[in-house]
Amino acid sequence: MAEHSSIERQQPNTKHLWKVFWILLILTGLEFAVAFGIDADHYKWTKIGIFVIMTIIKAYYIVGIFMHLGSETKAFIWTIVLPIIFVLWLIVALLVEGDYFGVEKFF
Amino acid sequence: MAVEKTSINPPHLLWQGGTQPLKAGYGKLMMWIFLLSDVFTFSGFLVTYGMIRFGYPNFSEVVAGMTHKTFEFSQLYWPIPEKVFKAVPLLHGVELPLVFVGIMTFILIFSSVTMVLAVEAGHRRDKADVEKWMLWTILGGFIFLSSQAWEWTHFIHGTEHGLTLADGTTIYGAKLGANEYGPPNFANLFFFITGFHGFHVFIGVLLNIMVFYNTTNGVYQKRGHYEMIEKVGLYWHFVDLVWVFVFTFFYLV
Repeated sequence: MAEHSSIERQQPNTKHLWKVFWILLILTGLEFAVAFGIDADHYKWTKIGIFVIMTIIKAYYIVGIFMHLGSETKAFIWTIVLPIIFVLWLIVALLVEGDYFGVEKFF
Repeated sequence: MAVEKTSINPPHLLWQGGTQPLKAGYGKLMMWIFLLSDVFTFSGFLVTYGMIRFGYPNFSEVVAGMTHKTFEFSQLYWPIPEKVFKAVPLLHGVELPLVFVGIMTFILIFSSVTMVLAVEAGHRRDKADVEKWMLWTILGGFIFLSSQAWEWTHFIHGTEHGLTLADGTTIYGAKLGANEYGPPNFANLFFFITGFHGFHVFIGVLLNIMVFYNTTNGVYQKRGHYEMIEKVGLYWHFVDLVWVFVFTFFYLV
């Protein structure tokens, strides 16, 4: 809301928004291609790795462009991103540690 | 807190109303902080899901020689999601793995775009445009919720043949106690996590209707800015973001 122009009806500038829509759509399509195109018996972890990377790219576009975190101040961006980095660390740590227990021990 | 109740704030502790440190309004900032706390909640769910899922043995460890092609459901191991979710409304008996979930994902991405277009229109203070895009967003939310209702119903009812256990009993569909697709935890986590996400969508639709109502009544026009659309938009995009993760870890992996 920085520019309060007096012009009654401005022309919409939405090209970059639609571009993100197509990127998200194509990435989802690629995920489907990977899901059914790669043999899951042999390349299970390759597939999971690709899915995780694609998910993070999609998250980057949604948060950065749609929620326009990318155009906020540096301090604002780090306020949000820094805790999330620690949460990602927590998730990875717990999943790795979770390897220790089998369900039969607990359920 | 450092300042005692009786003392008057010294001038250097008072914000004089200059440039906002983060150049964002209070409400918008708090919406972000709320969403951050929601990130923690959903991260907790995903960790739970991952740990419990990895706690079960892989199907190839239980039944020697079983591959993705010869996979069959059992209570002993986690199912392959694409073998579970392969039904599409009106196409009875046709196996289309993950197609319906793909359509739901598309609907949510599309409603996210219409939401961001409403925010953009709000920046231009174009009332008619905001109304138009908010209506599309509300419609997308309703379609998504109905799709989820259909998917849950189908999941609960299950297949026609069900799963026959070693003792001769047959399980049909997914209930909290037992389900025909795998261990009870599979259905429980599915209901819990997609349910919690669906509840977020439901709240989002309510908020969207609220700001649409206010827009048509000219509340934001009188106020001089459409920041409320932006705040609700943040929430709506977050709901889309969570679905991106649920889609990956529940349906693809």
